[in-house]
Amino acid sequence: MTTAATTHTHRDDVGSRMGMWLFLFTELILFGGLFIIYAVYRFKFPEQFSLAARELDTLIGTVNTIILLTSSLTVALSITAIQQGKKHLSMMLIGMTIIFALAFLVNKYFEWSHKISIGIYPQSPELLNKPPGEILYFGLYYVMTGLHALHVIIGMVVLLFSMVFIASGKINQQSYVKLEAGGLYWHLVDIIWIFLFPLFYLIS
Amino acid sequence: MTSNVPAIEPDYLHAQTNRKGIGAWIFSTDHKRIGILYMVSMLVFFMTAVVLGVLMRLEMLTPGKTIMQPQTYNTFFTLHGIMMIFLFIIPGLPAVFGNFLLPLMIGAKDVFFPRLNLLSWWLFITGGLLALVSLFLPGGPADTGWTFYVPYSIRTTTNVIPALFAAFILGFSSILTGLNFITTIHRMRAPGMTWFKMPLFTWALYSTAWIQILATPVIGITLLLVVVERLFGVGIFDPNLGGDPVLYQHLFWIYSHPAVYIMILPGLGVVSEILPVFARRTIFGYKVIAYSSLAIAFIGSLVWAHHMFTVGMSNTGMFIFSLLTFLVSIPSAIKVFNWIATLYKGSIKIEVPFLFVLSFIFQFSIGGLTGLMLGVLAVNIHVQDTYFVVGHFHYVMFGGTGFGLMAAMHFWFPKMFGKMFKKTPAIIGWLLMTIGFNTLYFPMFILGYLGMPRRYYDYLPQYQSYHIVSTVGSWILFIGILVIFINLLISLKKGMKASANPWGGKTLEWTVASPPPVENFHEIPVVEKGPYDYSEYEIKPELIK
Repeated sequence: MTTAATTHTHRDDVGSRMGMWLFLFTELILFGGLFIIYAVYRFKFPEQFSLAARELDTLIGTVNTIILLTSSLTVALSITAIQQGKKHLSMMLIGMTIIFALAFLVNKYFEWSHKISIGIYPQSPELLNKPPGEILYFGLYYVMTGLHALHVIIGMVVLLFSMVFIASGKINQQSYVKLEAGGLYWHLVDIIWIFLFPLFYLIS
Repeated sequence: MTSNVPAIEPDYLHAQTNRKGIGAWIFSTDHKRIGILYMVSMLVFFMTAVVLGVLMRLEMLTPGKTIMQPQTYNTFFTLHGIMMIFLFIIPGLPAVFGNFLLPLMIGAKDVFFPRLNLLSWWLFITGGLLALVSLFLPGGPADTGWTFYVPYSIRTTTNVIPALFAAFILGFSSILTGLNFITTIHRMRAPGMTWFKMPLFTWALYSTAWIQILATPVIGITLLLVVVERLFGVGIFDPNLGGDPVLYQHLFWIYSHPAVYIMILPGLGVVSEILPVFARRTIFGYKVIAYSSLAIAFIGSLVWAHHMFTVGMSNTGMFIFSLLTFLVSIPSAIKVFNWIATLYKGSIKIEVPFLFVLSFIFQFSIGGLTGLMLGVLAVNIHVQDTYFVVGHFHYVMFGGTGFGLMAAMHFWFPKMFGKMFKKTPAIIGWLLMTIGFNTLYFPMFILGYLGMPRRYYDYLPQYQSYHIVSTVGSWILFIGILVIFINLLISLKKGMKASANPWGGKTLEWTVASPPPVENFHEIPVVEKGPYDYSEYEIKPELIK
């Protein structure tokens, strides 16, 4: 009370969580802009969109969906683990989440490189010969899944830091709001994919 | 009463930190220092953009070439717009005065996320520097106008990408500030400070912060898409590939219209804060003013397409957006009427901040009413993209927010620096600014009505007389601004020492010393009264008998 330094140690987990939720809103709206564009062009070119959607491999998409859903489970479990004071279990579960994320990206890599190898990428002669709806479909496909993949990478970095913080004791049984924030971010990455998956792979 | 802090405690300007020199500022997480950082950096950008504006006005003095080439003129209006909007008005009041005052006003020791706050400033500086760097890279400065309309922004060979990235980073900074403020207001109000005991500036910041959070991501993704378009040519906004440039305009204005409320709402808050102090009267209609901020934020998010009445929308769409535009004027008008009612029977004391507030109300009313004219579909078709729009916009943004910022600078200057400014030069500066401002921008309404298009380098000779008046106005305004700033700078060194509460304000920031101590409040205050309790000045009914 008497020294100035002690006043900054106040803690308010509700407030921290609130800040994180507000940040997640902004992320949702960031993608929201893209979803609006998708909706507009889908409305404008319904046949060409559904034709283009047949070019995507639903199997890889499904596998990736399962991977991401499972990774959301592991990250949720890691929070429960730290709440019960099981430090190593929690770290292991976060490690699993990161491995799932890597698997997702590897799949994505193969998917994209396959598309590129058959000549479907922005400004490719193959794509420019197609009708405008298909050009836009693949343009959006690359932009939206690309931005999502970027979020997967950011999420991995966040989780990696959470792991370091658990190891150093900064995140512990009493104070785990940082891990919760990381977990929330990861669920966001997951939920955006849950919308991307049907929009690009399933509706055709 | 003067201060609840012992005099020995060092103030935030002189407090010892573990870093020395400039590091003690640019790495400080103290909200007051961050506020000052924003103020200094923002004023640098402001003065640069002012000079660009003055040069542009000079170019318009005669038809054809006066002092610069057409391409230079194009880059000048682009830079003027980008700097004024993204580097000055948007961060202006919230980041400078919001940072400095929000915790003080609600009785907190800092914002909720102090380190995030510092990051916001760093992002702001990064964005600002990137915008500056883009001027000197090969290719030349961007020439698209601050709106970055496609398809031109995709095709031009100038440095559009750095400028877009700069705007994106600045948007991110703005989002983080908004997020910080909302959390702070929700979680850190002093005991007893209920929502309806908050100062109205805080309410304005709260509404602004919501717009910052909810609208900025849309511009973020839109600008990124233009970058992607330029780099990879995916076709989303490119008509050659099936994309729709009008869709870009929609997305751009979904942010940028609410953004004008990011710019004006804090200004309205400043007026609500300053008026009761100098009218010595409780503000009239406190709750309505608070709610009207929220209403402006809400309705303001739904009017964006009124910038695009000439792109060929459906008639239904045009009617709806026109109607919503009329609706958004109601909460703004409510504020103006309440301010006037506050002045009625007040014990008015004429001080510099009050004079700026009066100019604000006058100019904001003109700006608002011409905005209504622009919302009328038939009129809009006639004056779309003319000087009428330029006049309207500057009346709201400069005549409103700009003058609000000047009012705030003078009102809180003693609190920020512990010094009083000289009154006479400030009044001269105010007079010059008000005369110069109106001389500069009022002819634009007439010019626009007569058909002078905006952003044109050249014009027909019949417009020249109005352009001359306008350019002379820009000189008067410029001198006024110089007088104001030089006076403040001199006062910083030589001003008389300010007391904790030189104006007789009733909000919490006036209960601490000037300048405030590092920790703001030695003990967190307990709030019992509303923010503008001037009952001591009111004539009691029993005394009249």
